[in-house]
Amino acid sequence: MQDHNKTALGDKIFKGSTAFFAAGIAVIFIAMIVVLWQQSQPSIKAFGLSFLTSMEWNPVTRKFGALIPVAGTLISTFIALFFAIPISIGIAIFLAELAPQWLRGPFGTAIELLAAIPSIVYGMWGLFVLSPVMANYVQPWLKHWLGFIPLFSGHGMGIGMLTAGLVLTLMIIPFISSVIRDVFLMVPQPLKESAYGLGCTNWEVVRDIMIPYGRKGIAGAVFLGMGRALGETMAVTFVIGNSYHLSWSLFAPGNSIASTLANEFTEADGQLYMSSLVELGLVLFLITFVVLGLAQLWLRSKEV
Amino acid sequence: MIIRRRKLVNASVLTVSCLAAFGGLFVLIWILADVVLKGAGAINWSFFSQLPTPPGMSGGGLANAIVGTFLMTGTAVIIAVPFGIMAGTYLAEFGDNLLGRVARFLSDILVSAPSIVIGVFIYLVMVKTMGHFSGWAGAVSLAIIMLPVVSRTTEEMLKLIGPEMRESALALGAPYWRMMSGVIFRAAGPGIGTGVMLAVARVAGETAPLLFTSLNSPYWMHSMNEPMANLTVVMFNYAMSPYDDWHTKAWGAALLITSAVLIVNIFTRLILGGKRRR
Repeated sequence: MQDHNKTALGDKIFKGSTAFFAAGIAVIFIAMIVVLWQQSQPSIKAFGLSFLTSMEWNPVTRKFGALIPVAGTLISTFIALFFAIPISIGIAIFLAELAPQWLRGPFGTAIELLAAIPSIVYGMWGLFVLSPVMANYVQPWLKHWLGFIPLFSGHGMGIGMLTAGLVLTLMIIPFISSVIRDVFLMVPQPLKESAYGLGCTNWEVVRDIMIPYGRKGIAGAVFLGMGRALGETMAVTFVIGNSYHLSWSLFAPGNSIASTLANEFTEADGQLYMSSLVELGLVLFLITFVVLGLAQLWLRSKEV
Repeated sequence: MIIRRRKLVNASVLTVSCLAAFGGLFVLIWILADVVLKGAGAINWSFFSQLPTPPGMSGGGLANAIVGTFLMTGTAVIIAVPFGIMAGTYLAEFGDNLLGRVARFLSDILVSAPSIVIGVFIYLVMVKTMGHFSGWAGAVSLAIIMLPVVSRTTEEMLKLIGPEMRESALALGAPYWRMMSGVIFRAAGPGIGTGVMLAVARVAGETAPLLFTSLNSPYWMHSMNEPMANLTVVMFNYAMSPYDDWHTKAWGAALLITSAVLIVNIFTRLILGGKRRR
C-alpha cells in the first residue's frame, strides 16, 4: 500500500515538473509581448497611432514614424513571395511527380540545405556577389526593357529593395517547397490515377487535383515562408540599403523593421528613441504572430 | 488542335519545374562555391590561435570569437536541452489538453519568430537590468531560439515509440516515470540527440539575437559576465567594414560556420533517414 502511494507520488512529481516546463514556453512567449508592450509605452504615448502612418524617422528632432520600415518589410516580403511561390510549386512538382525515385531523396535534401545556410552568409553573399551582378547585368536589362514602368525606373546600384527581395526568395524557397512537396505526396493515389485515366496531362493533374486537394497545406506553406521573410534580419540588412526613402522604384534602397533594429538599436540614445525601436519590434512580432498563427492553423487542419 | 495545346502547356510547365529544381541546386552550389573560394584564403593557424588585429594591420585571427561562439552555444545547450526535453515530454505524454495545445502552438510560432525580436526582449530584461552587455545574455537568447526546436523534436520522437514498449514496462509494475526514464527515453535517445544537434546547428549561425546581447569584443573574455566576441557578430562588423583584410576574415568565418552547420545537417539526415527506412 505504501509502495503504491510512493508510485503515485513519483508520477505526480513527474507530470507536474514536465507541465511546469511546458507552461514555461507559454510564459516566455507572453513575457515577450508584455515586456515589449511596457517598454514601448513612451513611444505609444508620444505618437499614438500616427506611429504607423508617419514617414518621418528622425532621431535628431525626436520624431519617429514607422511607415517606411513597415512598408519596406512588406514590400521585400511580397517580392520574395512573388518569386518564391511559383518556383517552390515547380520544385515540389519536380520532387513529387517528375524526378526518378532515386533522385528524390538527395535532391530534396539539397534544396532543404539551402535553409541550413546561416542568414548572415546569405547577407554577405548578397552584398558581395549578387549585388554586383544585379547592378551590372540585371538592373540595366530591366531598365532597358521595362524602364517605362515606375517600378523599374532610376539608376540601379545593386543594393536595394529588389535585391533584398531576391535574397529573401532564395531563403524561403526551401521552407515553402518542402512543405508543398509533403502536401503533394499526401494526395491519395486513386484520385491522381483516375485523373490520369481520363487522359489528363501531368500539369492538369497538378492543377485540378493536387493543388485543390492540398490548398490548405499550400496556404500554410506560403504563410510559413511569409513569416520567415517578414522577420529575416541579417540577409536583408546587408542588401536593402538602409535608407529612409519610399520610392516607386524597386531599385531604390529602403529599410525594413528588422534591419532598422539591427542598425540602430545599440546606438539609440534617449528613452523615446529606444522605446520607438522597441515598438517597431513589437509591431514586427505581432505581424509575424498573426501570419505564423494562420500558417499553423492551416497546416494542422491538413492533418485531420 | 486542343490536344496539341494541352500537351504544349504540359511540356512547358514540366520544363519550368525542372528548371526551378535545378535552379535551386545551382544557387546552393553557387553560394557554397563562393564561401569556399573566398574563405579558404583566410584559414590558417593564426586564424584559430590569435586575437584580432586593429584595422590596417595584417595577420591576427579570430580565436576569441571562436571560443566565444562555443561558450555561448554550449551554455544555451545546457539551458535549453533539459527545459526543452521536459516540455516536449509533457506535450507527448500529457499534452492532449489546453496547456498542451497552447504550448505546442506557441512553440511552432516561436520556431519561426523573428530572432531579432528575441534579441530585443533579452536586451530589455537582461542587458538593461544588469547594466552591461554580457555573454550570459547572448546565451539566453540563443537558448530561447533552441527551446521550441528541442521540445517539438522530443515530442515527435517520443510519439514514434510504439505502445508495446510502454505496456511491457507498465505490466512489470514500473511507475510511469520509471517507464519513461528507464525505457522510453532510452529508446528515443538517438532521435532526440539528432534533434538537439540540428538545434545547435541552427543557433550556431544566428547573428541577430547576439547583436545587442553579447555585443562583441576584441579581447579574450574573463567570464561570461562581460561583452563577448562571437563569430557571427564579427562577420557582420567585418563584412560591413571597408577593409579587404577584414572581408577575407569574414569569409573565413563564414566558411567555418557554414561547413560546420552543413556537416551536422547532412550527418543527422543520414542517421534519421536510415531510421525511417527501417
